[in-house]
Amino acid sequence: MSTHASTAQPSYLVDTGARKGLMAWLTTTDHKRIGLLYLYSMITFFFVGVGIGFVMRLVQLTTFQKLISAQTYNALFTVHGVIMIFLFVVPGLPAIFGNFFLPILIGAKDVSFPRLNLASWYFFVAGAILAVLSLFTGGGAPDTGWTFYAPFSLKTGTNVSLAVFAAFVLGFSSMLTGINFITTIHRLRAPGMKWFRMPLMCWALYSTAWIQLLATPIVAITLVLVILERFFGIGIFDPSKGGDPLLYQHLFWIYSHPAVYIMILPAMGAISEILPTFAKRPIFGYKAIAFSSMSIAAVGSLVWAHHMFTSGMSATANMVFSLLTMIVAVPSAIKVFNWVSTLYKGSIDFQPPLLFTLTFIFLFCIGGLTGVMQGALALNVHIHDTYFIVGHFHYVMFGGTGMALFAALLYWFPKMWGKMYSKKAIYASWFPMFIGFNMLYFGMMILGMMGMPRRYYVHLPQFHTMHVVATVGSWLLILGLVMFFGTLLYAIFKGEKAEDNPWGGVTLEWTIPSPPPLENFEEIPTITHGPYHFEQQEAK
Amino acid sequence: MDWMNQAAVSAQKSDAVFFYVFGLSVVFLIGITALMIYFVVRYNKKRHPKAEQIDGHVGLEIVWTLIPLVLFLSIFYYGWTNYDYMSQAPRDAMAVKVTARQWSWSFEYPNGKQSRVLFAPMGKPMKMEVRSADVVHGFFVPSFRIKIDAVPSRTNTTWFQATKVGSYDIECTVICGVDHSLMLSKVIVVPEEEFKAWYFGGEDAPEPGKSFRAAEAHPDLKDMPQGLAVLTAKGCLACHSVDGKPKVGPTLKALYGREEQILMAGTMKVVQVDDAYLRRSITNPTDQVVRGYPNAMPKTQLTEQELNEVVRYIKSLN
Repeated sequence: MSTHASTAQPSYLVDTGARKGLMAWLTTTDHKRIGLLYLYSMITFFFVGVGIGFVMRLVQLTTFQKLISAQTYNALFTVHGVIMIFLFVVPGLPAIFGNFFLPILIGAKDVSFPRLNLASWYFFVAGAILAVLSLFTGGGAPDTGWTFYAPFSLKTGTNVSLAVFAAFVLGFSSMLTGINFITTIHRLRAPGMKWFRMPLMCWALYSTAWIQLLATPIVAITLVLVILERFFGIGIFDPSKGGDPLLYQHLFWIYSHPAVYIMILPAMGAISEILPTFAKRPIFGYKAIAFSSMSIAAVGSLVWAHHMFTSGMSATANMVFSLLTMIVAVPSAIKVFNWVSTLYKGSIDFQPPLLFTLTFIFLFCIGGLTGVMQGALALNVHIHDTYFIVGHFHYVMFGGTGMALFAALLYWFPKMWGKMYSKKAIYASWFPMFIGFNMLYFGMMILGMMGMPRRYYVHLPQFHTMHVVATVGSWLLILGLVMFFGTLLYAIFKGEKAEDNPWGGVTLEWTIPSPPPLENFEEIPTITHGPYHFEQQEAK
Repeated sequence: MDWMNQAAVSAQKSDAVFFYVFGLSVVFLIGITALMIYFVVRYNKKRHPKAEQIDGHVGLEIVWTLIPLVLFLSIFYYGWTNYDYMSQAPRDAMAVKVTARQWSWSFEYPNGKQSRVLFAPMGKPMKMEVRSADVVHGFFVPSFRIKIDAVPSRTNTTWFQATKVGSYDIECTVICGVDHSLMLSKVIVVPEEEFKAWYFGGEDAPEPGKSFRAAEAHPDLKDMPQGLAVLTAKGCLACHSVDGKPKVGPTLKALYGREEQILMAGTMKVVQVDDAYLRRSITNPTDQVVRGYPNAMPKTQLTEQELNEVVRYIKSLN
């Protein structure tokens, strides 16, 4: 810390330009401020989504007397899905931590296209506003589920067109961020920062950016076709006009399955950053992890139709997609083995970010293994479209991406705000979160095995007990979330000042002050070794 | 437990794969978790102050690439072969036409008999030819572990061979509108003789399985006014009551001649319900939505005669 005490540059949190306060933030092109803009807007939407989830669980607590109508319930799960997927999980880690840390991790002053970066955030906000507007205008909130399956999405009188247009606009935000990151990684690495000297977070963001860039246009076009079909009846998907509903499902999942990897890859990247820091040793199998990211991105683009095993596709197509699905599970397994091995013979400093990292590995394993169950055809037929899949993808998206995002937030929090949170309060929030999480989502998987279909407003009596368990779990989970974010919010304002390198990390972000100065580095560093080089530190 | 109720051969096939994958998963999960906890305790900085700088191990990487690959491929193969059995109906299976529509199921047998629940003989293969009259639905029988989507313009098939007499839920698994969760029916599995008595019997033949489904008795279409029979058969009564009770849509009781506030082409209007209004509401429901109700009604195909009967019946409810 002392080496930077004399730094002349003020922190990025201090307004230095002509504009002050809110206007300075809304017109910023600093990647760190844009990262925070994303963070604040996304956490807001996350809690809106959590609130909707809470109400949905309350509805399932009662068998007959209902709080809300069936139509409202259908709108709620649609909106919950749209918000959580398009406004939180998909853009979450790349937009927040990618923006904030990618330039720092590769020794750059900013991303390649800072103005485009700000434009991406505005696209994000515009899409978010349209999504919210779709709830209150036209025929009312969309009721099709976030998948917008045709022909129901073409026939329903609700405001599908606007919601779909919102997703279209959000797609642009995603694509532009992708372009920006790819260019940044290719062009702005510090001298000596060879490809295999990049921290693994950069590899994860790089593979993610390619999926964002290549897959998002497909869903964008598909969504435009839905809008054209609704307004002009062009008959692409509507069978009564000669269209094919399965074509819609293919086009939708060609994007939306790779989107799952957009969600999980940066999470895996963040985990690969956190583990070496707390084990005080290099990541086990750097290249294996880097290549597995790229192979997940590649093979993951070829498995989309495993969402459609019961749609009436040919048996051959089902066989091929089941096989490819099994193969894409291999690189994920490789990553898990490498992470666990990184703890071997380390010198483990147990801190809150590590607790959430281990939680990630545990929950992600359950999510991944239940995913393999769904890839097995004979079993898929039973559990497809039931609560099993709802439980499964919450393990992957929330237990995986969500927990990794929390771990990353805890890990980089002192760097981002220059403040430290109460570790005890974070540990205390972990217990209700972990117990509630498993009650809720494991409960859902049991319900699915029992035969409870998803998106049901009322459930048959045999499912009631497990629904009660899941609902009680949701309360614990929300309690944990409120404690967690309450602790962090308190720390932003009242936290103790953090050191520049509180965890003893060796990647570049820990060599600069907390919070970082506007242009990150006084002098662009020259890199002479791999990212997790702890010998140097020991020598000190 | 209820979900362990295996009532068909397909259920045994699916569950066998489940137990194989589940067993492997439990071993893997416990192994990984135990190792993680062991390392965290064993190599805590107090016990192990100096970390060993290990970069990796190529041999280990190869081992833990190949072992999962082999296991995943075995899961694929087992899942595929059992699915192959589950998806190919034997030639002698009786083919039943299953029609899904918002929000009801109907079944038509080779001899033209129709029913609202699915009757099936014990131990005989039954092939389901699943179609949809409107949007995508999913035909799901949890106790048989079978599921196939009902996709408009296509006929998808699945089959089962029941192994236990009883009554099993049929559920719709693809979101299809406001009453998606009420789109339920039953499979009634009865001994073959009982099924034959119904199947080959005349119109008066008693429905099989009465002994264990007394509570689920459903109305007999023959005894109804024709208009009501149409409303029942098309599933209209799921949302519209005939006795004044509020449901998803407005009640049909005393509807004729009533003044309704409707949303039409974006503006609110007051209209008096007459023949033309009723016909339009049935053939093009999204054109005029009654205030306070969701815009949820599907278009329903009715013949001219059915329309007349429905309108006449609604008039009679005044």
